[in-house]
Amino acid sequence: MTDSVLHPGLVLIAGALVLPWLRGHLRTAAVLLLPLLALSLVWQVDGAVWQVRFLDYTLTPLQGDKLSRLFATVFALMAAGGGWFALRQKSRVELPAAFVYAGSAIGVALAGDLVTMFVFWELMVVGSTLVLWSNGSGKSYRASLRYLMIHLLGGMILFAGITGHIAQTGSVDFTRIALDSPAQWLILIGFLVNAGAPPLSAWLPDAYPEASWSGAVFLSAFTTKAAVYVLMRGFPGTELLIWIGLLMVFYGIVYALLENDMRRILAYSIVNQVGFMVAGIGIGTEMALNGAAAHAFTHIIYKALLLMSAGSVLYMTQRRKCSELGGLFHSMPVSTICGIIGALAISSFPLTSGFVSKSMISQAAADGHLLTVWLLLTAGSAGVFLHAGIKFPWFVFFQKDSGLRPSDPPASMRWAMIFFAFLCIAIGIWAEPLYALLPYAVTYVPYTWAHVVTQLQLLLFSGLAFFALLPYLQRTLTITLDTDWVWRKVLRAVATLIARIMGAVQAMIRRGAQRASSSVLTLVDSQYGVDSSFARTWSIRGMALWVLVLLLCYLLLYYT
Amino acid sequence: MQKTHWLDEPRHVKLLWRLFLGALVLIVAIGALLPLHPYFGIEAVFGFYSWFGFVACAAMIVVAKGFALLLKRPDTYYRERDD
Repeated sequence: MTDSVLHPGLVLIAGALVLPWLRGHLRTAAVLLLPLLALSLVWQVDGAVWQVRFLDYTLTPLQGDKLSRLFATVFALMAAGGGWFALRQKSRVELPAAFVYAGSAIGVALAGDLVTMFVFWELMVVGSTLVLWSNGSGKSYRASLRYLMIHLLGGMILFAGITGHIAQTGSVDFTRIALDSPAQWLILIGFLVNAGAPPLSAWLPDAYPEASWSGAVFLSAFTTKAAVYVLMRGFPGTELLIWIGLLMVFYGIVYALLENDMRRILAYSIVNQVGFMVAGIGIGTEMALNGAAAHAFTHIIYKALLLMSAGSVLYMTQRRKCSELGGLFHSMPVSTICGIIGALAISSFPLTSGFVSKSMISQAAADGHLLTVWLLLTAGSAGVFLHAGIKFPWFVFFQKDSGLRPSDPPASMRWAMIFFAFLCIAIGIWAEPLYALLPYAVTYVPYTWAHVVTQLQLLLFSGLAFFALLPYLQRTLTITLDTDWVWRKVLRAVATLIARIMGAVQAMIRRGAQRASSSVLTLVDSQYGVDSSFARTWSIRGMALWVLVLLLCYLLLYYT
Repeated sequence: MQKTHWLDEPRHVKLLWRLFLGALVLIVAIGALLPLHPYFGIEAVFGFYSWFGFVACAAMIVVAKGFALLLKRPDTYYRERDD
């Protein structure tokens, strides 16, 4: 144990606090070097490095093994690539917020206990909400509030679960959690909210597309993959997760197929991809967990690349709807090619990173003789090509010519894309370095003739289905209602109704009080008012007579 | 006037289509000739990945269209001002 190791997440967060005051080259250097410093620190974390006493517990805020280092590595890499892409971002808040976000994601990955994990988990919410907020439009502000609301709810559920779990077991250690009481179920639900699992999944496609051209790149990477990490640490082999994962796979595909907003297509496809990982965690064999971990790693890179490509289009054209785009390949060759590479990688095309990672999950299903799961995963893989692999590049860069001729984005954005496109292909060709990082020893060989040929069959015929059925996929100016309808319409209507009922009750009480007080006033007025019996004027003679009578009575009573 | 791109010419698009269809035939043929070490019985059916991929995609599009019947709304549905 060495106490001298700095916490890579905290380094990034501390850097984020300095970042707003830096300008020019100094800022550029800080943006690129801070994540690399964090990356180098990640690799010094082995075993429980920091330990502190807190209340009656021993916390381990910094702990590393292969699984946590894998996630921390890709989070740091993502902060570097995303920062590079976002160098031209004018908002002074977004990049620092993104670094807080990235740093806390690293903190989650390197947390050895549930308390530390929870603290960083909530810090991620702060960072990501600020990233959304910093876009500055009314729409993104409202989306960030909805986003915050769901995540605070998820955080509360998780907190209740963690406190219950600690009270039951007396241990804060973050290890495998058995689902044997409501507390553990609450932890699982809290994790799944962040993974984008239905029914609360709509927070993701609702919020992410409202971020700036660079903000969405950061958002795509951390929250859902940190959730994949904690699920992998806490609940490997939980069968329910297979079915939740498969539900996410198809939910993502169906909604992405109907979507018109280019970045919302990609947002739904995040849910779809995380679905593959969650299903892998549910299968829970070493092969499946390796596959889920590897897929999280490659997914962060190609999804960021896809969102960079979409972000470049947004940056250059200020348009986001597929129905208003098209034909951009004429003037944006770099963005087009990088977008296509990302699209091929997400589709697991041979020679791209997706091919060497996702296939391990299917292989695990085959090894376990889970025919239904395997068939659904295979159908899902075909669907990925359909909804993201072809749909995204086709509608944004090809289809009908929109007449727009924007040039490629500025150099910093182009080079960040090229860097990530390079990683997608490099990992696809040379998977060994990635395999060496995985939590278990890898015996899997991705490049066999059988695997390459069957995958090409699957993808090429999915492509045929896309073009054959293209008339049914033409984009219209529509959205598809998702579960956010519940909180944007139903709960809002309920809130309005409650407010109205409260208003009516209040008015009723006010009216009742008014009526009661006015009747009391009338009564008082009738007795003591100007012409009432008590306020009548009496003649002095009469008064004197009555006083005389009273005194006489008194006298009589006194002597009797 | 912008110069036309290679891809803008219909005959080149037609050529790409022919290459694509050729690739489809070729990959099915290779699949039929190679030993594919199936894990499940269904994998051994002729051209399994080809027709399964196509049918799965067609089914997903049909399901999506079905969802659309119920859930599709104009994109001004939530009527948000962009202020």
